Amino acid sequence: MPVQMPDINLGLMLPEILVALLAMALLLLSAWYGKEGRGTIGWMSILGIGLTALAIMASGGSGETTFGGMFVDDQFSRFMKLLLCVSTALPLLISLNYVREHKMDGGEYYVITLFSMLGGMIMISSGDFVMLYLGLELMSLSIYVLAAFKRGDVKSSEAGLKYFILGSLASGILLYGISLIYGSFGSVSFIDVAQGITSAHGHLSPAVGLGMVMIIGGLSFKIAAAPFHMWAPDVYEGSPTSVTALMGVMPKVAAFAVLYRVLLIAFPGLHDQWGPLLQFMAVLSLAVGSFAAIAQTNIKRMLAYSAVGHIGFLLIGLATGTSDGYQSVLIYLTIYIFMNTGAFALVLILNQDGIGDNLTDFKGLAKKRPYLAMLMATFMFSMGGIPPLAGFIGKLYVFMAAVKAGMITIAIVGVLFSAVSAFYYLRVVKYMYFDEAESPFSMEVSATSQAVVVLSGIIMLVWGVFPGSLLAWTETTIRMFQ
Amino acid sequence: MVADIVFYLFATITVVAALGVVSAKNQVHSVLFLVLTFFTTAALFVLLGAEFLAAILVMVYMGAVAILFLFVVMMLDVEFSTLKEEAVQYLPLGIAVGVVILIEMIVIITQVHVDHNNMVAVAGEIPNTMEIGRVLYTKYLLPFEIASIILLVALVGAIVLTLRERKRPKRQNIPKQLARTREEAVELKKVASGEGAS
Repeated sequence: MPVQMPDINLGLMLPEILVALLAMALLLLSAWYGKEGRGTIGWMSILGIGLTALAIMASGGSGETTFGGMFVDDQFSRFMKLLLCVSTALPLLISLNYVREHKMDGGEYYVITLFSMLGGMIMISSGDFVMLYLGLELMSLSIYVLAAFKRGDVKSSEAGLKYFILGSLASGILLYGISLIYGSFGSVSFIDVAQGITSAHGHLSPAVGLGMVMIIGGLSFKIAAAPFHMWAPDVYEGSPTSVTALMGVMPKVAAFAVLYRVLLIAFPGLHDQWGPLLQFMAVLSLAVGSFAAIAQTNIKRMLAYSAVGHIGFLLIGLATGTSDGYQSVLIYLTIYIFMNTGAFALVLILNQDGIGDNLTDFKGLAKKRPYLAMLMATFMFSMGGIPPLAGFIGKLYVFMAAVKAGMITIAIVGVLFSAVSAFYYLRVVKYMYFDEAESPFSMEVSATSQAVVVLSGIIMLVWGVFPGSLLAWTETTIRMFQ
Repeated sequence: MVADIVFYLFATITVVAALGVVSAKNQVHSVLFLVLTFFTTAALFVLLGAEFLAAILVMVYMGAVAILFLFVVMMLDVEFSTLKEEAVQYLPLGIAVGVVILIEMIVIITQVHVDHNNMVAVAGEIPNTMEIGRVLYTKYLLPFEIASIILLVALVGAIVLTLRERKRPKRQNIPKQLARTREEAVELKKVASGEGAS
């Protein structure tokens, strides 16, 4: 009986192998170290992510595949994996202090974070639905654990459980969709599915449509697009803030990468079906993001709703079905990572004083800590899309792509909701600058948090005025989808 | 013909048992219904020729998962009746969604032409178990490895979330116990009646 091995080229998977080995080595090391030396595990994992980023940059990105097309290494995966590294490393850098203070710094915190990043990398490089699902499960499972990491805290446990139950349901829906697609085409490979759709010449069975909708639904849960956003506010609020900062960016990068792969590689022939679906979800997300956030008094809940709104903008870009739209999503996503992490860094800094979860905790920050307030204001203005900050550039390109693709109504609706959402971003600024301080703001700001916040602030300004480098990167990245 | 009868028999039991899982008043009955659902589903897999899946379902799900559920249900003292009352509030919405999905499925099933070529694994002459064994470590080597990493994360996660380290673990110190002598461990006292030991 001959055994047929698939083509195996482990060189393509070097970054993944590196992360997996690093995580397992750190797991052993943290058991070896005991209680004392555990702080170093955090630094080692950050260094490891840096090494991984170098390995990703060194990879060819030539479009080669391995394991019979299951694993893809192309320009897109390279860009998204670098983004994923940034969106894991930055939240880790700003939460080193928080993790130590809340006694979560058994090395497992970092190990599980690394595993969730590994899951994200597998999702980004997936060439078929099986790899997509396994990567998604690896990433989600790790984040469920992280959400419940503060064991003594009822809210944290609730957040973990809620995320786990709803996430499992979403995974189930996704799997059902995948099984319908597999049943229709006899293959789970993205390329085979695309070929099956072209060769059907429009005579597709309705099972394909339902399968696609279920896959999109399952993935929408991960990015918290309305109407699949219900979990976001509770989970954002209940999770430890360091985890909220991570789950605000990292899973979204991976899930968007997967949406690109599924929609543009497996289902490009069905844009007429998924385009309007994404438009609908985009408008709904924008509405939820702008109106529900106004009523929030907790900044983590507010940022959760604001994230739903940002996802709405990202979905507009994806729904256009043009390369301009795809590029605008990458631009927006990159900028979003920095402004979101910056804002959460400020929340984490205030958390050291035992405050910072309520919006009113920011009252009078400008008088006591002027430069922190200035940076927070930068992030809020940027999220609100006010020029000359980077957030404006992101929104501008999304709207331009939408108008070019003839989605003028959606663009106008987007601008209106953007104006509504500016209200609650500006409210934070108002609290900081025009109200009297209620708390002493005596906290020390660690050098790493400071570095991340300042870096993000500078990036907001630089990309807001000179977005050229970002445009060039994203343009080379999406060239493969044309 | 016989296969059809057997299929409908097991399918009916599966559906009824699944209904029992969610509607039974006693949660232990719920779990037992779940075991029945697993078993009849395993029987359906056997009818399909997927004997490996059937065996896994019986061994892993019935043998391990369901029994674990049973332990949890028996050990946790949760008042399910109040939970049920809350759930009843959402019943109309749940039924509406269920009906919509049912109609969708019926529409699709009636329109789909099942391509029997897509069921190669079942139709082949090689036994199902051997076929899975052949591809699991070759074609699907990478997914298999990733699944093992997922299990590792589950393991680490379960330990992280449940392990409570006691501040002063009570450990047996055998040398210390052996070094004890009768003199320092036992004291004889004469207790006068009615006065008690001091």
